Amino acid sequence: MMFAQVPPTTDPPVPTEFSTPDVDAWLILPLLVLIGGAVLLLMVASLVKSLQDGRFAAYATTAIAASAAICVIPLWARLNADGASSTFNGAVGFDGFSLFITVMICISVALTALVAAQYLIDEGFGGVEFYVLMLLSAAGGVVMASANDLIVLFLGLEVLSIAVYVLVASQLRRFASTEAGLKYFLLGAFSSAFLLYGIALVYGATGSTNMSTIKDFLAGNLLTNNALLLAGFALMLVGLGFKVAAVPFHAWTPDVYEGAPSPVVGFMASVVKAAGFAALIRVFVVTFSTYASDWQPAIYALAVLSLLGGSIAAVVQTNVKRMLAYSSISHAGFILVGVQAATDDGVRAALFYVAAYSVMIVGTFGVVTVFGGEGDHAHSLDDYRGLGRRRPALAFALTILLLSQAGVPFTVGFFAKLEIITAAVGAGSQWLGVIAMLAAVIAAYLYLRIVVSLFMQDADEEAEPVRLRTPDTAVAAIAIAVAAVMFFGIVPGPLDDVARDAVPVLVTRG
Amino acid sequence: MFIAAALIILSGAMGVIVARNPVHSALFLVQTLFGVAALFVLQEAHFLAAVQVIVYAGAIVILFLFVIMLLGVDKVEDLNVEPIAGQRPLAVVIGAAGIGLMLTVLVIATDVISGAHSSTGPLGESDIDEIAKSIFGDYVFAFQLTGVLLTIAVVGAVVLARRAATDPEPIPESAYDELVAAQIAARESTLTAEGGDGTAQDGEETTDDGEDSADDGEAET
Repeated sequence: MMFAQVPPTTDPPVPTEFSTPDVDAWLILPLLVLIGGAVLLLMVASLVKSLQDGRFAAYATTAIAASAAICVIPLWARLNADGASSTFNGAVGFDGFSLFITVMICISVALTALVAAQYLIDEGFGGVEFYVLMLLSAAGGVVMASANDLIVLFLGLEVLSIAVYVLVASQLRRFASTEAGLKYFLLGAFSSAFLLYGIALVYGATGSTNMSTIKDFLAGNLLTNNALLLAGFALMLVGLGFKVAAVPFHAWTPDVYEGAPSPVVGFMASVVKAAGFAALIRVFVVTFSTYASDWQPAIYALAVLSLLGGSIAAVVQTNVKRMLAYSSISHAGFILVGVQAATDDGVRAALFYVAAYSVMIVGTFGVVTVFGGEGDHAHSLDDYRGLGRRRPALAFALTILLLSQAGVPFTVGFFAKLEIITAAVGAGSQWLGVIAMLAAVIAAYLYLRIVVSLFMQDADEEAEPVRLRTPDTAVAAIAIAVAAVMFFGIVPGPLDDVARDAVPVLVTRG
Repeated sequence: MFIAAALIILSGAMGVIVARNPVHSALFLVQTLFGVAALFVLQEAHFLAAVQVIVYAGAIVILFLFVIMLLGVDKVEDLNVEPIAGQRPLAVVIGAAGIGLMLTVLVIATDVISGAHSSTGPLGESDIDEIAKSIFGDYVFAFQLTGVLLTIAVVGAVVLARRAATDPEPIPESAYDELVAAQIAARESTLTAEGGDGTAQDGEETTDDGEDSADDGEAET
């Protein structure tokens, strides 16, 4: 892994003359676009009444997210020319890793906004604030991916999470939504406290919150007694493990996924998970790399538990949203396998998997949103029976996305799983690879169950069929997701190359 | 002096969780926060001590008290009912394990608590200068990010507090919701039947709106 070699300094120099830090605002341009766009959107919509209803906010959000993603292109060129750097006195890093996650988050936001556009109008809640919160939450995710300081990482996590708590609870007319929001909020606040306590202990053990300083300190000094540091690791792992929904910190997932409005679930499963894994990789794989032998067993255990626990629990569910919740736990286990490898290959595989999963899951929840019908409630397997006949195109799209999640060849999910298992074997964790394949087989049964109920079973004769609306924006988002899944499933090269270049780097202030 | 402050903090913290009346809990919290302020004074961080008293003891606990008063002080929760069986013994065990773990870490780690200097510079004449240097120096990005956090808090509060004017009717969409609604109805009827000594107040009911709280009010009186 590549990082700037700087002689370890145990005694930071005391600045005699205060000078404000050098700020290179270009490096955080995508972040500024997201935050500025959100504030501007809020302002414009409150001044111009006619823009408050309708789809204006959704289109604006898609445009803002897309332009933030486009901003990355010149930055990527600059990265290749000048190499990684940091700004704000080393608080914010600028490297391929952060840019990669930024683009993924922006794409997920754009697709979610399209899925939500007509849904929010039909369900009669949300409005402009919904999109503003989504953009600000995405900005928090971008901050987490580019954080070079543990305090910045924590604040990014809070920005990300608090907005999502509100989004989950935003469908006030539904009991389950409010309840899910409260549950997520309480448990999330608890896990944030764990993370903060862990950061405090690591600070106590190393004397800094700056990740590159911590890394240099750990590389240059041998602690005679590292109990404090290891306790810090453990607490930080609990905090981040909650965000990515790894067993045993997963208990909130099924209830929240079931209760939250369907487009929000897609957003959570893609953006929150991507940001959580970005933080996990940045903190553990990069910053604590010298202590890899200490934290690897813990992540190994989390990965095994998530893989098996997620896929086995998913099989016995009868609600599609709950099934997908448990399957997302299993996917988190797969990504943890890549993190556990703690090698460049592992990081690349994890990034590839996160990218593939984000697109698949946003598309999947796009279809789920449509199939939920009026009131977003028809999500049991029985409700899905016979939809293959009533909505053949959408059912076919859902089938492709589910097969991709199962890891069938010619979809992007296949290569994602292949790379993870290759990386695990390459890092000497053969058994973990075997368990991952076993979990993939169990999970395949679950996806096929949904497909079977779509196509092979007819709906009840007596039961009144759920009224379905198929808004064109949602269809567009689903089509984009399916196209991406198919394209990268046949030609994985481009995505793979980008993921290879997106190595995380820590650069000290300079 | 340190021991005195520590005693104030610990007894206050115990008081917060032991007190049966929420107002007493809030007042014990003030005691704890004053103790922390005393600790700041011991570290010669006078500005932080003042902020601690003004912001926490002054503003935040007052807000707590406002909320408690608005929700009604006299509604005493029945602490003898366990929503989940075996919850309390389990909490005691886990809490004891946590304390044990922390003490172990403290005992083991005393000689190597810190590998490096933890403060960026000695406190000079005024700690306000040092805080300003941190906020506008190393942590300027984090400081700005806090602004985003506050924006989210404002927008989120508006979203959650606003009721849709057109259709406030809740959608009972699953068997689970109907179950919850039935439970609430059943509990309310028993409350009214008992003449309402106010035994039930929990999450399910507080998340519900208008109608139910009105019914509760009747039951209490």
